[in-house]
Amino acid sequence: MKHNEFIREDRLPTFWCGGCGYGQVMNSITRAFEKAGVTLNDTVLVSGIGCWGHVDSFLKVNAFHGTHGRALAFATGIKLANPELNVVVALGDGDGVTIGGNHFIHACRRNIDLTAILCNNYNYGMTGGQYSSTTPEHSITSTSPYGHIEPGFDICKLAEVSGARYIARSISENVTQTAEYIAEAMSKKGFSFVEVLTPCTTHYGRNNAMKHPPELYRWLKSTVVPAAAAAKMTEDQLRNKFIIGKLYDRPGQDYGTRYRDEIQAKGIEDLAKKE
Amino acid sequence: MYEVRIDPKRCKGCGLCADFCPRNIYDFSWGSVPVAARSDDCVGCMQCEVKCPELAITVREAAP
Repeated sequence: MKHNEFIREDRLPTFWCGGCGYGQVMNSITRAFEKAGVTLNDTVLVSGIGCWGHVDSFLKVNAFHGTHGRALAFATGIKLANPELNVVVALGDGDGVTIGGNHFIHACRRNIDLTAILCNNYNYGMTGGQYSSTTPEHSITSTSPYGHIEPGFDICKLAEVSGARYIARSISENVTQTAEYIAEAMSKKGFSFVEVLTPCTTHYGRNNAMKHPPELYRWLKSTVVPAAAAAKMTEDQLRNKFIIGKLYDRPGQDYGTRYRDEIQAKGIEDLAKKE
Repeated sequence: MYEVRIDPKRCKGCGLCADFCPRNIYDFSWGSVPVAARSDDCVGCMQCEVKCPELAITVREAAP
């Protein structure tokens, strides 16, 4: 299938604000689907709540729109019930690591064969731009009008120490690059994680003196460093910067394979294979 | 020669296409749909088509 065939054209224009990076990430996802050669019947998109949770409305693949922060829990259930499916999970920063942080670390630890795409826009966009756990220090949000005093999460590092199989980070404007990471993540057996930094033009941009979308895109680009360049930089130079690129790829068996090996060795019937 | 089409029903006027265009083919003011005024200069890099968050732009090779 071609990438534009995955999109429900009748639902466009999208629900997102003008200049929001989510449309670009959705474009990346469809390009990754084309690259991975998936069909509408063997793929499920599981999403949570928030602006990014709406992505399932614009794609033709099977979708499950869950409750806030629990997308990974639902995806785990879907994958265990039918291991043949490609399960892609759409998480936001508020959804995935602030409210659903516990599900996130345990999905990484269990190493279940899921592909999680986390769009990090540094705030809760849908509810009015409150700060989330990834909001950078000193930035203004509607709940931190004098500047945020907490440090933000580095989600890729959290995924790495929790045991994820594959980790990459990209920015939304690099559409084809993000598509390559997502396609590679889908090909890996185990918990693969792609973080995409996206601009929230309506709240984060306007609150932080970036009135028009292009200014926010330029700022976002100035905060990232490619992995190859970062290897030559000192720790001081890398402060407050995000490293983009393929960050981590470790071998190892995923939960489903280990589970099936275990029950086969004990001679127990595999219920997931039963129609 | 390239033909640049913008779907006015989808465009939200964010100005990213005009900002990203390396050949500056768009005429754009805030709050309006951009116009591909200098499409003769287009080299078909597809930056606008790929990066448009609303999937509103199509760039196709046109017969000269």
